[in-house]
Formats: sequence, C-alpha cells, structure tokens
Amino acid sequence: MQDLIQALLTGLALGSVFALIALGYTLVYGIIELINFAHGDLFMLTSFAALTVLEAFAIGRGSPLGTKVGALFLALLVAMLFGAVVNVLIERLAYRRLRNAPRLTPLISAIGMSFILIQIGQYWKGSRPLDVPRVINRLDLLGPLDIGVRFFLRDLILILVTIPILLGLLYVVNRTRIGKAMRATAQDRDASALMGIDINRTIAFAFLLGGALAGAAGVMYGQYTLTTDYQRGFETGLKAFTAAVLGGIGNLNGAVLGGLLIGIIQAMSERFLQNGSAWANAVIFAILITILVFRPSGLLGEQTPDKA
Amino acid sequence: MAAVGTPLNRTLVRVRKPFSEDRTTAVVATTLSVLALTYPLIDRALNLGALDDLFPIVVYILLALGLNIVVGFAGLLDLGYAAFFAIGAYTVAILTSPSSPVASWLPFELNFWAALILAFFTAAIFGVILGAPTLRLRGDYLAIVTLGFGEIVPIVFRNAVGLTKGDQGLNAIAQPNIFGYELNSSTLWGWWYLLMLVGLLIIFMARRLRDSRLGRAWMAMREDEIAAASMGIDLVKTKLFAFALGASFSGLAGVLFASRYSFANPSQFEFSTSVLLLSMVILGGLGNIWGVIVGGLLLGVFDRILSARATGWIQGLGDATGIELLEKVNLRDSRVGFFGLTLVLMMLLRPEGLLPNAQRKRELEAQATPEGEVRVDETLYDKRGEPL
Repeated sequence: MQDLIQALLTGLALGSVFALIALGYTLVYGIIELINFAHGDLFMLTSFAALTVLEAFAIGRGSPLGTKVGALFLALLVAMLFGAVVNVLIERLAYRRLRNAPRLTPLISAIGMSFILIQIGQYWKGSRPLDVPRVINRLDLLGPLDIGVRFFLRDLILILVTIPILLGLLYVVNRTRIGKAMRATAQDRDASALMGIDINRTIAFAFLLGGALAGAAGVMYGQYTLTTDYQRGFETGLKAFTAAVLGGIGNLNGAVLGGLLIGIIQAMSERFLQNGSAWANAVIFAILITILVFRPSGLLGEQTPDKA
Repeated sequence: MAAVGTPLNRTLVRVRKPFSEDRTTAVVATTLSVLALTYPLIDRALNLGALDDLFPIVVYILLALGLNIVVGFAGLLDLGYAAFFAIGAYTVAILTSPSSPVASWLPFELNFWAALILAFFTAAIFGVILGAPTLRLRGDYLAIVTLGFGEIVPIVFRNAVGLTKGDQGLNAIAQPNIFGYELNSSTLWGWWYLLMLVGLLIIFMARRLRDSRLGRAWMAMREDEIAAASMGIDLVKTKLFAFALGASFSGLAGVLFASRYSFANPSQFEFSTSVLLLSMVILGGLGNIWGVIVGGLLLGVFDRILSARATGWIQGLGDATGIELLEKVNLRDSRVGFFGLTLVLMMLLRPEGLLPNAQRKRELEAQATPEGEVRVDETLYDKRGEPL
C-alpha cells in the first residue's frame, strides 16, 4: 500500500514534467499535424541552457535562499526564452517550406532536425553525463508524519510550477485573440487565411509556446533527476509523445492527463517490476503501440476523419 | 501508332516510362557492378586496406535496399527497421552460439545455412506481427509505432540476459562453409564475394518485385490508398507483404553481419542505425534501387572510412600549419549531425533524392502544387519516352 502511494506521488511529480513536454507535441500536432520529432531534443538543449545559468550562479548546498530562488527563476526564464526562440527558428528553417509537401516529408525533416540538435548538444556540453546543481533542498515534507511515504519539496515545487503554466496556456489558447487564430488555423488553414489570419505568425506562435514549455520542463526535469546529457532528449521526448498520444493528440487537457499517467506508469513499473528501471521504457513504448493501434484518438481525443 | 505528342501517346509514355530505367541509372548500375566485383583486386593493387571497413557498409546497403521496399515502393515509413536486423542477427546467434542456452539445449549442432533460413523466416514473421496491427494506421502514426517497436527490441535483447547474455553479447556464432571453403574472420575475400552474391540476389528480387503485380500494387497504394483499394487491391495483403519482405531482407543482412564478426550485441541495433538507413534511402532516391546503393555508399563511406581518415588529414594539416582550430576537428564525433543535416537538406532541396525514381518525382511535384490547381505536363515525348 505504501509502495502504491509512493509510486503515485513520484509519478505525479515526474508526470507533470512529461505533461509540459507533451503539450509542445500536442500544440504543434494540433495545428499542422506534424509530429515534431525534434521537440525532445529541444528539451535537452533547454536543460543545458538552464544548467549554464545555474552554473553561473555557482549554486551549492550552502547558497543563501535568496540566491537559490533567484537562480531558479532566472534559469526558468532563460530556458523558456531559449526554447521558444530555437523552436521558432526550427519551424522557419526546416518545416515552413514543407507545409504543402506530402505528409512524410516534414516528418523526415523533423527527424533530421532532431539529430542536428543532438549534435549541437554534444558540441555544447560534451558527451559525458552532467551534474545539475541541486537548487531545491532535499526536504521530505511527509517526514514528520512518519508513514513510510516520502514526498519531497522538489516534487511539490514541480507540481506548483506546472499548474500555473498549464492554466496560463489554457487561457491563451481558449480566451485570447491569438488563441482563437490558432484554433481556427487548426480547423482549416485555407479558410483561416481567407478570414485574414496570418497563418505563418499563428503557426510560429504555436512553436513559440511549445518551445517555452519545453524550456520549463528542461529546468524542472534537471531538478528532478539532477543529471542531464545530450542523449536525454530522445527517450524523454518519446515518452512525452506517448503521453500526448495517450491523452489524445491535439487535445491540451489530454496531454496533461497523458503526462501524469505516463509518469505514474513509469514510477509503478520501476517500483513493482522485477528489474523495473530496465523494463520501464519497454512498458511505456508498448503502451504507445497499443494505443496507436487500438485507439489512435487517445483517451480524450475525438475521432477525426482520415485525411491521408 | 499515334503520332508523337498526341494525348494518347503522351499517356502511354507516361504509364510506360517509370518501368524503363533511364540512361543515368544504367551507367551507374554498370559502374557499380564492375567496381563491386573487382574491388578486392583494386584494394590489393592500390594497397587501400579498406576491404574490411567496407564490409559493414555493404551490409548497411543491403539493409537500405530492404528498407527501400517498405518505404520507397510501398510508402510505409518504417523508423524501427534496425529491429529486424537485430532479430536476424540474434536468431543466428541464439541458435548457434555456444554461450546461448538454446544452442546447447539442441541435440544437434545447427549449421550456418540452416540458421540463415530460420532467421530469414523469423524476421519475416516479426515483420507480419508488427505489420498486422498497424494496417489501419496513417503514415505518421505508423512511423511512430515502428519506432516504438524498434526501441523495444534492443531493450528485450539487452534485458533477457538468460537468453542473450545482455550487454555482454553472444559470441562464437556459426560461420558458413561453402563447398568445403571455410569462412572465418580472416577470409576477407570470401566474405566480400558472399556479400556480393547476396547483394545480387537482393537486387534481382527487388527489381522483379517492383515490376510484378505486387510491386505495382505497392506503388498504387503509396500514391493513394483509397483509390488503390477501389481498384481491387487488397491493402491488407499488400502491406503485409511489404513488411514481411522488408523484414526478411533485413534479417538476412543481420545474419551475415553477426556471422562475419561472430558476435551480436544489443547496442549495434539502436535508433541511430534505423536513421542511418533511412538517410541512405532518402539521399539516393526513394524507390530507385541503384539510387539507394549510391546513397548508401556515399553515407557509409563517409561514416565508416572517410570521417576517420579525413579527421587525420585535417588534424595533420592543423599540426603542420599550427592552426589550432584544425587540430581539434573530429569528424567522427559529427556523424549524427551529418545524418540529420542530410535528411533536412534533402527534404528541403531535393526530396526525390540524388538519383530519383521518375514516377516518385512526379508524385512529389504533383502534391507540392496547391490543391485544385492542375499542372499540365506540356513536354512532348518520343517513342522511347525521352523528352523531345
């Protein structure tokens, strides 16, 4: 029982990071039906950007609280800006010209982009795993209760950072003018253009939002695992994509739900399967395949007519 | 026969043209075949010492030819193709390696050829197992499912330690005996010509398949599934054949690879291998057999031979001239970025590849025009299908 609750709590914290990345996949897929393969690797690059900021502050165990909070906020800001700018650039360079090409052409371009980003990451910080300085103290919030279940301050902050970002995103997409333009473009690009919507700007904005979310995820994931490396993006990205598909790709609420579920599934397989950390990925990818095959619209997605 | 340029003639030529290969391809094919058959002699005469390095490249080209059936002919984007390579390699390893429990449990010792045939069919079966549930999926979802499969297979081989010895890998895999001529790790010429033999077989089969009823069904399906189905093509059967044949070719290459090095290890079959193969197919030209071979040769030689040697040359130049930047260049570390750049640039600038398949090229052009706009081909063709 304690194990179950523990896996649930760990899973929620981890899952909120997956949710942030999954939203980037879902935003882009929702608007141009492209699986943005490079998104996971963009997340990896933002974690490098965040690491650079934290290293500049020389954060250590004994750093004063003010410095820590400031460094964390600055890292968030820098990583989100960095992710947004890079993602918009990627769209401009590698995807925009292929918007009317056959469906697989931009997908292959995205795979290529993903490898280019991995290469940039390798040049930037080398091939070895990197230590991310611990900004949030290792404080067990449930420690005083002594119930055998642990919930760290880190986990709480992860969830607390994720929630306002999600609410803000929902507000932008559902309540603002540009959000309305995004929804219109997703429905019918040509008709939206005829109604005076700047399609290029709207699509670029979706990439901007997705990149910023990847930036936030880059900071929070770094605090969760305390390590990062240039190959981290592929696997994490694939898990986040699984989350987006599980929730129903194109659906924002679905991406969050899927992210939390994938986080919980990963935590559970690590805890309950024999040699679990080795098999957790296989479990998640098997779920991905099962969902795509049997319910491609995901848990919250609507059945869309086949366009291909 | 109608006069040149009448609508009927133009239509006829359009239909016939894809099935007759153009002159560039013929020149490339002849050059490559002669080079391939005489390479060991050239290598020895010029003292290049690259025969051993070329072995994996040729195996990758065979794999790319198999992938070309799935992606190029049938239009099904497979991102986990290396999984079947792994399945072929591990089948022969598990059946013949003395460190595997299966080989020691078998009452008799399986020889290479028996294992080869078993591996061929095992890979085909896995192709069908993966293919069957994915039949209803659209292009990009299919790609992700194959990617997931491609990730799971090495995880299984890595963690099923009892069967595969995990990361340690299986060694002492059976090697072929051709009419008393025993191949082992030092018989480079023997391996080379065995590869050429298998290569010829694969090229022959791929060409016959392409021009067969099944091949035409693949291409019809690639262009428009719904239209193909309404013309009476059985999509289920057609797709499954593409997966099964593609997978079995890959399995065959896996057997040769594992047997040549007498070793199989899970890290040889990861996603980057699948992407390398995809880059080869796309660089050369989706759907064009000789194009794929050229693409494979270019990328493979760069990846395995040129990157290392050029690094040496550039660093040497840096040493000689004292330019520090050149001394630090290491092209071997840049292989991943190089594949990525190849994919992006090809998609942006020449999606049909270096040596395009004529039919495929026209499809890409037709789809690139905005919907509703009909592009009329005004070129006149002579009887042989050459533009006038």
